[in-house]
Amino acid sequence: MAIKVQVPTPMREAAGGNAEVAVAGATVKDALADLVRQYPALQSKLFDGGKVRPYVNIFVNDEDIRYLDELDTAVQDGVTVALIPAVAGG
Amino acid sequence: MPTDFATGLRCRVCGKLYPKGPTNFCTDDFGPLEVDYDYDAIRPHLSRDKIAKRPKTMWRYRELLPVDGEPSVGPQVGGTPLIRADRLADALGVERLWIKNDAVNFPTLSFKDRVVSVALSKAREFGMRTVGCASTGNLANSVAAQAAQAGLETFILVPADLERAKIFGTAVYGAKVIGCSGTYDEVNRLCTQIALKYGWGFVNVNLRPFYAEGSKTMGYEIAEDLGWRFPQHVVCPMAGGALIGKIHKAFTELTRVGLVDQPVTTKMWGAQAAGCNPIADCVKSGRERHKPVRKPNTICKSLAIGDPADGYFAAKLMRDTGGWAEDVTDEEIVEGMLLLARTEGVFAETAGGTTVAVLRKLLEQGRIPRDEEIVICVTGNGLKTQDAVFEAVEQPAVIKPTLAEFEALSGTIGAEPVLA
Repeated sequence: MAIKVQVPTPMREAAGGNAEVAVAGATVKDALADLVRQYPALQSKLFDGGKVRPYVNIFVNDEDIRYLDELDTAVQDGVTVALIPAVAGG
Repeated sequence: MPTDFATGLRCRVCGKLYPKGPTNFCTDDFGPLEVDYDYDAIRPHLSRDKIAKRPKTMWRYRELLPVDGEPSVGPQVGGTPLIRADRLADALGVERLWIKNDAVNFPTLSFKDRVVSVALSKAREFGMRTVGCASTGNLANSVAAQAAQAGLETFILVPADLERAKIFGTAVYGAKVIGCSGTYDEVNRLCTQIALKYGWGFVNVNLRPFYAEGSKTMGYEIAEDLGWRFPQHVVCPMAGGALIGKIHKAFTELTRVGLVDQPVTTKMWGAQAAGCNPIADCVKSGRERHKPVRKPNTICKSLAIGDPADGYFAAKLMRDTGGWAEDVTDEEIVEGMLLLARTEGVFAETAGGTTVAVLRKLLEQGRIPRDEEIVICVTGNGLKTQDAVFEAVEQPAVIKPTLAEFEALSGTIGAEPVLA
């Protein structure tokens, strides 16, 4: 069992059409690095000069990583990492 | 004659232009999309005279709204009073104060009627049959009511601990209401996922660029009612942080299309509750981006958005215009509600109390000069949040209907006969 990254619809084209991608890594940062290694087209969508883009929210098992350890949040096999656009509200 | 002057949706981060459609973020960087207009084309179609001849609703400015043809939902929304608030001004020690009173907006007594009218008109243009929203209450009421009138199927997701009146005031219109055990931000995230998967029209998700434009009409009305000019200060409550930006955008557009012959120098001030103050904290701490609030804790549930979508832009706007943000405690919010009710006869919901209390705080801090023109925005009705002030209001005395009992009581309630 691996770490599962859920890819939102607008990013799927850059992820080979996949809604979910299996990755490996000890932290969210590692997991996303593996994701980008598999699908390099995701690099510019997720990151801006090494930083996660401001309107990309990342959740580990439904918890926003900004309430955890940000990109250093630990992950292990079986965990779901969700990438969700941040623009909604009101 | 063209009626829709919107040219597309533009990413607020990278500037990429997208065709008009039910989408709310840039596929390159997830930046929020905003409606783009051809203002030069609008200019010859709008004049003060032309607007004056139209019904007093938000649609009198329809060239500046992103709808093709006549609005099919909510044609009577808006046109709420701008009240000269001299008694509240005296109580606060300022000279010129106005209240923009959306507590009496039609049909559901909050400013959300404006945004929903645009969003659902657009949903129909896009051929959607099912609509919905995530909501802290007022939006839910408005989507439910206006969707009922439009004959759309409606799913509404709210935090399960919302005020009873707001949940009831949604379900009564026949909407399917789903209470989620979680914060607004968690509910909102679920809606984003549902919108992406089911293709429904979520007014504050995939219809958000159109929806948010409806808020501009509050700004147009303020300027028109002041005699086609801008106030020096606008104090506005902030939840997602969109309204404050749209009021300022409205002022900028009025100058752009020649309806107001004055540059926009209005300072924008934002109000939040201390128990959920991500944007105010961002401004006060000098952070560029807000830090989300995990568990909002305030009686002001309509402003309890811990991770405001427009937080970044709202904070930047306040800094850029020379304004500021503040937050107030629940006790101050209740005091603000009572002060507004007892000086102006306006029973605002908790967000209105927050706005009044924040204005008072900003005046005390010397940030807003007492001799300048101030408009405060009241965005919702106190009848929906009665529990918040119930304890603070004296319960009525009960007597038998006799003069003797009344007179026994009159000494204690200060009733003096006019005729001896």
